[in-house]
Amino acid sequence: MAAAASMMPNFGQQISSKNDLVPDWTRQEVSTGTTIMAVEYDGGVVIGADSRTTTGAYIANRVTDKLTPIHDRIFCCRSGSAADTQAIADVVAYQLGFHSIELDEPPLVETAANLFRASCYRYREELMAGILVAGWDRRKGGQVYCVPIGGMLVRQPVSVGGSGSTYIYGFMDSNYKPGLSKDQCLELTAAALSLAMERDGSSGGVVRLASISEEGVERRVILGNQLPKFSTH
Amino acid sequence: SFISLILFMFFSFLRNAVLEGEANKVGCSLPAARKTGTTICGVVFKDGVVLGADTRATEGMVVADKNCSKIHYISPNIYCCGAGTAADTEMTTQIISSNLELHSLSTGRLPRVATANRMLKQMLFRYQGYIGAALVLGGVDCNGPHLYSIYPHGSTDKLPYVTMEVASLSSDWFLCSSCSGSGSLAAMAVFEDRYKPNMEEEEAKRLVRDAIAAGIFNDLGSGSNIDLCVITKGKVDYIRPHDEANKKGVRTGDYKYKRGTTGVLSKTVLDLEVVEETVQTMDTS
Repeated sequence: MAAAASMMPNFGQQISSKNDLVPDWTRQEVSTGTTIMAVEYDGGVVIGADSRTTTGAYIANRVTDKLTPIHDRIFCCRSGSAADTQAIADVVAYQLGFHSIELDEPPLVETAANLFRASCYRYREELMAGILVAGWDRRKGGQVYCVPIGGMLVRQPVSVGGSGSTYIYGFMDSNYKPGLSKDQCLELTAAALSLAMERDGSSGGVVRLASISEEGVERRVILGNQLPKFSTH
Repeated sequence: SFISLILFMFFSFLRNAVLEGEANKVGCSLPAARKTGTTICGVVFKDGVVLGADTRATEGMVVADKNCSKIHYISPNIYCCGAGTAADTEMTTQIISSNLELHSLSTGRLPRVATANRMLKQMLFRYQGYIGAALVLGGVDCNGPHLYSIYPHGSTDKLPYVTMEVASLSSDWFLCSSCSGSGSLAAMAVFEDRYKPNMEEEEAKRLVRDAIAAGIFNDLGSGSNIDLCVITKGKVDYIRPHDEANKKGVRTGDYKYKRGTTGVLSKTVLDLEVVEETVQTMDTS
C-alpha cells in the first residue's frame, strides 16, 4: 500500500491558507475531533459522545451523531476521519447483519469488535479511525472493546477515545470504580464528556448518551445549557 | 469492501505529471481546472426541501461561466447541488442518476434519497477525496423530505439545513485570501439566525435566497444569479433563475457615429471579376 501511495504525483505545491477559518474540502478532511466514552456495568453498557465534526477550524456539523448502531444491541463510537469511520461502520454493519442471519442468532459484541479490527488493521496505512465497540450479548453481557488507530483490539471495562480523551484520563482514573450502577455510569459519562468538551476545541455541541442492555437501547441527548457545570469562574 | 482501494488505476495522473513537467520547462503552466467557487445550500421545510445555488463557475481568478447550472437532476424526486471541481460534480451526479434510474426500474419504486446518498458516499470514498465533489443532496420520498451534505472524502451528514462552498484553487489566490472561500459561512450565518423547523414554502424560499445572496456578496468565488429548486411530494419547481442578483448594467454612452459625420471626398467602385468557377460535389451518402 505504501508503494502505491508513493506512485501518486504531487499535485502542485501545497498553498498554505493564511485564512484557516474558512473550510477547504480540497485540503482538509472532515474529522470528528471528538470525545467518546464507553463504560460497562452489570447488565449492559453506557456509551457517550460529543457532537462536533470539524473541517479545520470550521464546525461542519454541530449536532453529529457519533454513536452508530451496528446491530440491535451493538453500537460503535466513532472518532478520527468522518469518511473513514462512516465507511468502516457501514461495511461492518453489513458483514455483521449477514453473519447474524446466517447464524440465526443475535451476534456477539466480540464478533463486531473483531470485524472492526480486521478492517482497521488491514488498511491501517490508509485509514484514520479510532473506534469503541460496545454492546450487550447473552454470552458475556455488557462489553466494551477498544479499536484505536493502528488496529489493536482490547477489551476494557471503561474506555475513552478521541482528541478530547487526553483531558479526562485523570478524571477517569480517579472516579471510575468497578460495580457502578447504570445511572452512576450515565452520570460519570456525562460529567467526563462535559469536562473534555470544555477543554478540547475539537469537541463540543451536545452530549449524546445511550445505554444498551438486554431490554434494548435507550438514547438521550443533554443539551448545552443542561450539561453539568464544574468551574465557577 | 476496500478491495477497490488497490484496484483504482490513475494512469492519466502519470501522463499529466509528465505533461506538466514539459510545460514548465518552456515556461508555461497547464490550464487550471474549472471550479465552481460556489455557494450552495438546502433547507427542509414543512412539505419538502428547498435547494439553492449561485451560478458562477471560475477558472482561477476569471469567471468562466456567468450562468452555470449547479443544481443537478438525480431522479424525478431528488436533486443535488454540486460545489468543487465542475467536471467532478457533473459526472458524479450523472453516474449516480443513471445507476439510480436502473435501480428504480429494478425495484419498481420511486428512488429514496438515502439510496442516492449511499451510492454517492461509497463512490467518493472509493476515490479517497481525489474526486473533488462537495454535494448537497435533497429530495422527497416515501419517508418524507430528506437533506444530506456529502463531502469529497465520502463522509455525509443528515441535517435540516446545510451549506457548502469551496475555496478556489489558484497560485495567485493567496493575494486575496482574506475574502475568498467565505461563501458557506455567510450562508450558514443566515440559516443559524432564521431557520425554524416546519416553515412554509414561501418562507423557506426566502431563507434560501437570502443565504445564497449572502454567499454571493461575501465570496469572490460565488456570484451572478440565484437558482432555486423546490421539491415537494409529487412536484418539483426548478426556478432558474429565481433572482438575478447581479444584472449586467446598461451602457449609458454610445460610441457609434451617425452616417454623414465624416465628409466623403471621393468614391470609387471596383467590380469583382470572376476568374474561375469550379464545383466540387460532396459525398453525402
